[in-house]
Amino acid sequence: MPDSASALSLVLGGDPTLYAIVRLSLIISLSAALLAAILGFPLGAYLALARFPGRAFLTVLVSAFMGLPPVVVGLAVYLMLSRSGPLGFLNLLFTPPAMIAAQTLLVLPIVVALTRQTVEDLWIEYRDELTAMRVGPLRRVVTLLWDARFSLVTAFLAGFGRAAAEVGTVMIVGGNIEGFTRTMTTAIALETSKGDLPLAMGLGLVLIVIVVVVNALAWSARRVGEVRAG
Amino acid sequence: MRAPSSELPIAIEGVSLRNRDVTIIDDISLVVTSGPPTIVIGPNGSGKSTLIRLGMGLVAPTSGRVSWGGRANGGERCAMVFQRPVMLRRTAAANVAFALRPGERNHRARVAALLKQVGLADLADRPARLMSGGEQQRLALARALARDPEVLFLDEPTASLDPASTKAVEDIVQTIAAAGVKIVMATHDLGQARRLAGDVVLLMRGRVVERTAANAFFAQPATPEAAAFLRGDLII
Repeated sequence: MPDSASALSLVLGGDPTLYAIVRLSLIISLSAALLAAILGFPLGAYLALARFPGRAFLTVLVSAFMGLPPVVVGLAVYLMLSRSGPLGFLNLLFTPPAMIAAQTLLVLPIVVALTRQTVEDLWIEYRDELTAMRVGPLRRVVTLLWDARFSLVTAFLAGFGRAAAEVGTVMIVGGNIEGFTRTMTTAIALETSKGDLPLAMGLGLVLIVIVVVVNALAWSARRVGEVRAG
Repeated sequence: MRAPSSELPIAIEGVSLRNRDVTIIDDISLVVTSGPPTIVIGPNGSGKSTLIRLGMGLVAPTSGRVSWGGRANGGERCAMVFQRPVMLRRTAAANVAFALRPGERNHRARVAALLKQVGLADLADRPARLMSGGEQQRLALARALARDPEVLFLDEPTASLDPASTKAVEDIVQTIAAAGVKIVMATHDLGQARRLAGDVVLLMRGRVVERTAANAFFAQPATPEAAAFLRGDLII
């Protein structure tokens, strides 16, 4: 297959355009996953431990939002950031920060839902002991998040995987501008429709390799941590 | 940082605890005062653990009331060791440090002293979850002592330990008791009750069958149930 051969030479040949795209994709997806983790870990823990009216409803809602269609999130953020929108004065539309914000919103429910489940399970195990030690609500959140740290790696990875793989939000909010907001997924979509299959395949290959590498790194870190911390 | 008010006496007055249709604690009245260890014995399912939890304030009674030093909201200076303690996912030293009261001075020295007291000084940096059952139980004791308790509740702390580990735990408990901490401990091990008890509470089917000084209880049980329990009859 000549196509796959030229795809491979693109990747191995160090094509600068391709590497710029890969770099931007990584920055955006990792930033979004990190932001979602920073917001989502405490939110998930709060949802697991707090008792307030509407908690069950919120829990269902968060779970449902794990399956939010990326284009819908993209559209919502687009409306917020467009010139006539409430945040239009920020001039962020069609910029990487806008893409990061949109992807953060997209993956936040995944991180919150997985964190809630993890912390709730851990709380069942820890409840008596922490209650006997008279540990207050805030310290409970911190303690449970810290003791769940290895499981939370999975929540982070789920968020990153979703962000790296989706095309809808970054396409709408970023605009797929060459050399500025073009990511791997939007480039694949574009090149495929243009008929440049070698580049599309090369990017697809790189995307898969990157996701595997990030997961392998996180998994190794988790294993090492577990072995050392018990 | 000692709280000014005492947790003792712990008064359990007319307390019942029901879970749906099952009565776990059936109208118990009991007062725990300072002195040598109070040992709660009885067969499985007699309500020992639940009574300990009531005294610790971990569960609320369905009816009746529990008070600590005359206050309904007490237990701040009570600590507890569970049958299967949950070790926090960090080192032994960090587990002890976690339980220290906030603002406590000489953190490191206190942690080191507590680990030494339970014979774990060499394992300070060992992840707690990788320790043996006996070591974990001793670490749980150090963690409970870190709260500088006036009353220490223990719920069958040696139920799943071998004789050597059991002896280590009992020795520590005796030292703590000698230092003036009130011990309230549930066990189904009669030998252990004999070794540790100042007074004995015998529970059966959620009721107090007998409450007497240990000497009297083991020499001349007042009730036929207690006599049967001491003989080792199978009591259901």
